[in-house]
Amino acid sequence: MLSAAAGAPVEKPKSRRMSTPVILLVISGVLIGLSLVHLLTGADDVTSQGAIQAALQAAIPLGLAGLGGLWAERAGVVNIGLEGQMILGTWFGAWGSLQFGPWVGLLFGIAGGAVGGLIHAVATVTFGVDHIISGVAMTILAPGIARYLSFISWGSAGATQSPTVPRLPRVSLPFVDKLAGLEKHHWFLISDVAGVLRGLLVDVSVVTILAVLLIPLSWWLLWRTSFGLRVRSVGEDPHAAESLGVNVYLYKYYGVIISGAMAGLGGVFLSTVSSAIYREGQTGGRGYIGLAAMIFGNWRPGGLAIGASLFGYTDALQLRRGSESVHALLVLVGALLLALAVWEFIRRNRVLAISSAVLGVLSYVLFFSVDKIPTALVQAAPYITVLVVLALAAQRLRPPAADGKPYRRGG
Amino acid sequence: MTAAPTAPRVGARRIDLAKLLPQLIAPVVALLIAAAISSVALLISDKDPLLAFKHMYEYGITPDSQVEILNKASEYYIAAVAVAIGFKMGLFNIGVDGQSKIAAFMAGALASASFMDWLPGPARIVLIVVVSMIVGALWALVAALLKTQRGVSEVISTLMLNAIGGLVVTWLLNDHWGKQEPGAQIKTTGILPANSWMPGLPIISGTEQKVLGFLAVAVVLGIAYWFTVNRTRFGYDLRATGYNPFAATASGVNAKRMVITAMLISGAIAGLVNLPRMLGESHTYTEGFGGIGFTGIAVALLGRNHPVGMALGAILWGFLARSQIILDLDSIPKEIVLIMQGVAVLSVVIAYELAARIGRRAQQQRVGAATAAPVGSAPLAPATEDSK
Repeated sequence: MLSAAAGAPVEKPKSRRMSTPVILLVISGVLIGLSLVHLLTGADDVTSQGAIQAALQAAIPLGLAGLGGLWAERAGVVNIGLEGQMILGTWFGAWGSLQFGPWVGLLFGIAGGAVGGLIHAVATVTFGVDHIISGVAMTILAPGIARYLSFISWGSAGATQSPTVPRLPRVSLPFVDKLAGLEKHHWFLISDVAGVLRGLLVDVSVVTILAVLLIPLSWWLLWRTSFGLRVRSVGEDPHAAESLGVNVYLYKYYGVIISGAMAGLGGVFLSTVSSAIYREGQTGGRGYIGLAAMIFGNWRPGGLAIGASLFGYTDALQLRRGSESVHALLVLVGALLLALAVWEFIRRNRVLAISSAVLGVLSYVLFFSVDKIPTALVQAAPYITVLVVLALAAQRLRPPAADGKPYRRGG
Repeated sequence: MTAAPTAPRVGARRIDLAKLLPQLIAPVVALLIAAAISSVALLISDKDPLLAFKHMYEYGITPDSQVEILNKASEYYIAAVAVAIGFKMGLFNIGVDGQSKIAAFMAGALASASFMDWLPGPARIVLIVVVSMIVGALWALVAALLKTQRGVSEVISTLMLNAIGGLVVTWLLNDHWGKQEPGAQIKTTGILPANSWMPGLPIISGTEQKVLGFLAVAVVLGIAYWFTVNRTRFGYDLRATGYNPFAATASGVNAKRMVITAMLISGAIAGLVNLPRMLGESHTYTEGFGGIGFTGIAVALLGRNHPVGMALGAILWGFLARSQIILDLDSIPKEIVLIMQGVAVLSVVIAYELAARIGRRAQQQRVGAATAAPVGSAPLAPATEDSK
């Protein structure tokens, strides 16, 4: 009954939704584009195994934060506190791993994030505090908790970092590693594909696999189960959901706690997989970038994964001769922006056409005027990418209808 | 409908104690909760909370501490005002940190550049203030334009601009404009000539230390903030947009222009945040600057965007930041103050929300009582007919 009434207006099949052939076409397009960059500029680290592995490593926490954002906002609660919940995840993950071993540490990190989500839910759902304000308060509180706990657990020397943390096992697909031979030759496209495959399938942490699986799982739960339907109905129209017997507060709590747990897992990933140590400031704004990835992905798991990959890739470049790689990628970025300019010009969207043309030309000016991008600006690449991507995409997006609005029963 | 004409007379005539009282009790309750939770945290780690609070208080009221508390408070207060201007219209400028960094850096670099040597001291101070405000406003303008032209949430864009601003400063400071004094470890924008150092204020007795001169600017800023928000057309539009954006738009407020203006003002004020130290203490910009933006948010929340409330909040935060130093001597982790601050912010926003609810309910009851038909009088229905 619920699905017939509340579901129909909520979920309409979209005409813009991508089919499998289109997705494959996009993936091969990206690969060919990167291969061309590699060929033209000779920057090997655009598609090397190391770079792709680093990109995956960087994309996972962003994707998990994005999933956190998805679960909360689908239930109608904006969770800016993801960053804070991630910090709790990094600390509790590291502490649990040191005390009870890596598997328990994983659970501790998830629980730490979930508790952060619970606090945010109490403030926003029960007490009706503005979602952004509560989220900011969470990001002020979480580093304080982490610092205090670090101090009392690891002494004054450990106030900002932990001892080395034991790690979870890593796995490889055995035959893929043989592709290393192909990658060495620097053949156009073939070597690039080999590099990408090795990066994705060799020496992968089990947490990475878990995180990747969470994306289809979240999609299935949210769009194919009655539980998910209720979560989404609460985010679209809580009054209608209430009238159909859904306990709005409860489902908002579910959404926000799951959100915190996802962010917490992202935090554990940072302190036990990407590195083997808890360090203060380890999250470095990844909670926010994850949120941006979710917005870019139009509040959907698949789009969010693409956003996280994009931002993760730019984030990872700094680790692998970033000055050269980012410099080489300017060719591709410039071409994409100019193509977009032409496309928007044809569609008579003049402001957007001009601004992307200017940005495109700027990319080429930068490419030809310097040989290397300064390190600090390479580090800024993911943040700049977020701004440019959101600026180009933001107006086509549709957030859940009641997203960010406080809800009072019977109001 | 018949109740409408009488409602304002009940609600807004003079200071409404029933509505105000919960608002005043709320922060006190929140601070007590913060003290209680941090006491529990201290007890868990086998420390005596009462001893900690006692030593913090004793150390915090020494004259030297008072000076430092006022110094910190003036920075926090400026940041809080910058945030509050946005909050008043429901705009979240979380980018005060980035705006203040890049602004002070640019102003410092320009003012100590060799081609500026001819400038007399006071004029250089004015130059620094003006350039800081312009740069801060321009950095905030990026977020404002992204919001009005492209619909990008200012929350995300200002957070990204914080990171970008910090990295741009790092790059320019280390690779281009930075200067290294002989024997110094870090690069700075160069020491300003002594004639443009801002003199301190000897307002605290019992110590040689002087309060940073920029405190005076912070006080003036607070008064200007109060006047702008409560006594000008712009302030009215700002608050109207905050209360109800749809009603404000319907009454002729240009929403896009409000976003851009509010963001420019907020960014310009944010540009001043690092100046108390830069003009009165360090006389140069170093990478140690920054991190005050988030404190500003906390103080604005604590003080409910009210000029006096924020001043009290800034002094309280300054007190906590200063007096935590003493805890190390008692081998109590001074990090407890971070928990205290975090809990205080979270519980204060909840407490204000509850206070607003209680106040609203009390008001509704009184309106209901005042407009209820007296026993034995004619029913209200005919009056409704008349008014149509």
